[in-house]
Amino acid sequence: MPPTERRSVRDRVLTGPLRHAATMATAFLLFGIILLLAGRDPVQAYRDILTSTLGSAYGLSEVAVTMTPLLLTALAVALPSRLGLINVGGEGQLYMGALLASWAALHLSQLPGWVLLPVMMVLGMVGGGLWAFIPGYLRAKGIVNETITTLLLNAVAPSIVSFFVFGFWHSPMDTNKTANFVAAARLPTLPGTRVDLSLVLGLGLLALFWFVMKYTRWGLEMRSIGGNPWASRRNGIPVARYLVVVMCVAGALAGLAGMAQVSGYYGVLLANFSRGLGYMGFLVSWLAGGSPLGIVVTSFVVAVILSGGNLLQLTGDVPYSIINILLAMTLFVVLARPQLSRSRRPA
Amino acid sequence: MAAVQAGKPSEKSRSATGSPLLSVKGLTKRFPGVLANDDVSLEIFPGEVHALLGENGAGKSTLVKCVYGYYQRDAGQFLVDGVPVDLRTPEDARRHHIGMVFQSLTLIPALSVVENVALFLPDLPALPDLSAIAREIQTLGERYRLQVDPWAQVQDLSIGQQQKVELLKLLLARARVLILDEPTRVLAPHEVEGLFEILRHLVADGLAVVFITHKLAEVLQSADRITVMRRGRLAGQLLRAEATHEKLIRLMFEKEVSSLSIVSPKADTPSDRPVLELRQASTQAAGATIGLEAIDLTIHAGEIVGVAGVSGNGQRELGDLILGELRCVGGTKTLFGNDVTRATIGELRRRGVSFIPEDPLKMAAIPFLSVLENMAVTRGDHYARRAGLGMDWAAVQQDAENAIQQLGFSLPLSAPARSLSGGNLQRMVIVRELSHDPQLIVASYLTRGLDAQSTSAAQRALLQAQQRGAGILLISEDLEELFLLSDRLVVMYGGRIVGRFKPEETDGYAVGRLMTGSQAEMHAAD
Repeated sequence: MPPTERRSVRDRVLTGPLRHAATMATAFLLFGIILLLAGRDPVQAYRDILTSTLGSAYGLSEVAVTMTPLLLTALAVALPSRLGLINVGGEGQLYMGALLASWAALHLSQLPGWVLLPVMMVLGMVGGGLWAFIPGYLRAKGIVNETITTLLLNAVAPSIVSFFVFGFWHSPMDTNKTANFVAAARLPTLPGTRVDLSLVLGLGLLALFWFVMKYTRWGLEMRSIGGNPWASRRNGIPVARYLVVVMCVAGALAGLAGMAQVSGYYGVLLANFSRGLGYMGFLVSWLAGGSPLGIVVTSFVVAVILSGGNLLQLTGDVPYSIINILLAMTLFVVLARPQLSRSRRPA
Repeated sequence: MAAVQAGKPSEKSRSATGSPLLSVKGLTKRFPGVLANDDVSLEIFPGEVHALLGENGAGKSTLVKCVYGYYQRDAGQFLVDGVPVDLRTPEDARRHHIGMVFQSLTLIPALSVVENVALFLPDLPALPDLSAIAREIQTLGERYRLQVDPWAQVQDLSIGQQQKVELLKLLLARARVLILDEPTRVLAPHEVEGLFEILRHLVADGLAVVFITHKLAEVLQSADRITVMRRGRLAGQLLRAEATHEKLIRLMFEKEVSSLSIVSPKADTPSDRPVLELRQASTQAAGATIGLEAIDLTIHAGEIVGVAGVSGNGQRELGDLILGELRCVGGTKTLFGNDVTRATIGELRRRGVSFIPEDPLKMAAIPFLSVLENMAVTRGDHYARRAGLGMDWAAVQQDAENAIQQLGFSLPLSAPARSLSGGNLQRMVIVRELSHDPQLIVASYLTRGLDAQSTSAAQRALLQAQQRGAGILLISEDLEELFLLSDRLVVMYGGRIVGRFKPEETDGYAVGRLMTGSQAEMHAAD
């Protein structure tokens, strides 16, 4: 039916980005009101944020650094969401990935970088993957909803990391962090910046995600499960196996983000190092509607807000936490937006 | 329902009189790519059962959904009692005393009948007097033969009883025009009789009933006036007295169709090579599913085994057990002599098991995928290329087009499945499940929702599969269909097989008695 297709293309091109822009604008407007209430000039504040982040090469590179882990943690939400799974556990999976990767960095430090880094990546993915296996398995068996379990496990994982850091791995000088990783355990960076290899990794995996969903047999079967799990089972698709495997892959992606944080960004394992990167990925994925390109764009915008928030705190004399208000508002606007896309069809 | 008077239906009150209760003038409704209703005008009189007849996709459902305000019309006018009204939402419609019972019922299973009815009432007070409502349910129930226990949980009621609750809902909300969208689709034969009886009582009181169907026999049996629709337009209108089978078919299909339901004669005697054997198979009851007890069943190659029974007596569970959706907790299941008691659905499908479920939208179709993608999902292994990195869509399309052509259907392959009408969804599933030379076919309610032409096409397809040597389990409530197609017939009641027949050795009466459980104990022994 050509008319339908033409309309849906126009929908995608025009109303999609327009709606996203309108959503963000609403959030910024609401936040402006809060800034006004706090006695600040919102226009000036927004201008400061933009010039500090996008106005210089350094600012831009810092945005890229902030954006990097969000790509992976958002993907860890977007992938299972295609099967109707809600993975709120990116935060915990990230911690477990960081934990296993750090074990390799600390105990296999004599290995050369080209061996050690892949080992750390694999271990990071194994850590996150195993952590996500628990909710995935319980869901596939029909015992517990994965939203609950992933959320609850988020509280457990940082404590396990703390247990190892405080108990065994802390450096002689500190109690809350390990010794600095050796150079071989650090992800290579773009010279002169803190942008590391995991940015490329994140973008590559997003492209892979797009390809898998669109072209492969597994993408078709996953979309089928997301569309109607009951019918998919009767159609012979191993739904339970998909649920477990996809949860594990999602956990592995978040775990990889954790590995990249300790190996690239910090170069050391800190107790409680993540300030909600997993949750932020959840926000990004929801804002982007789970689309790969949307995740790149939204991560970028969120990264601008986050790095701009640092500056706002320094010059604007407002607490950093006010940025959380902006992000919370964005999520609220996204979730509260009317569902225009689902129109009634003839029965 | 202001002027209702209790009383027996008389011949006089059955004929429509006076001015129309509801008039539709020049209604037009279009969906993307489809003109669903094109300048349709219709008058509904008090005291008449008005049947809306037409093929699948003729626009019957769309018409009544526009009247009910569920869809917004693109053009046209509505008049209630001769006064123009704007029906934009179901609330508008209800305010003007128009009520509708949807194809899929809208009751809340966890609530009682009286709570369901109360929820529907306009201006329900903050503290509803449920017992007053219950009394009203009972009064109305006695008057119109809609007896239902007001305090029963809806989930414990049969579909037929639930439909009565839907009607009671409308009556208590003072509806004067009752629209029923394919009400007989979900009912057992004897329940259909009961429904028509109820309708006669309703119109005797001056209410108007509009009911949608594509079954000629029902129309001729129950309607006072018949409106036939064809491809979105009004094809004609007849009074009961002047309507005949042939006239209606001509209006529906535009052409003379001599013998729609005649299919080719039964194949030669089936071989004695068993395709599927169930030995003392049983399943566990859980939630809404009932447990199967000690099922012994053999399906031979080239044989159609019909399963008769009132819905909810284990037929769905039997299909699910064979497909592997339900776990076999006792007994064994073998396919071509191999034990498949523990095999997954995927394994069974790869060995040639096909499944046409009773509810294609819920159990077979993926609404957000295109028809073409829906064709491929059951056979991912077959169409995958480069170890799954790609799909051979050209092959999928080729196979689908061949099968569609062979069956004489027409389906838009690139449209999303959710945009298909109920009949087209069923066609899609039939094409998918019968096109790959299946060895064992489990078909539940094969022709439910299909019009006469598609029904005979689907039945022919099933017989073709049989001639190619497939074993077929045909689950149906349509005894005529079962007798027509089956080589052997089993009757299910309460999760057990209570009777086994050859169709030529029995009649509908004997099977009907077993279906309703009147002889269950006797036959359970053998």
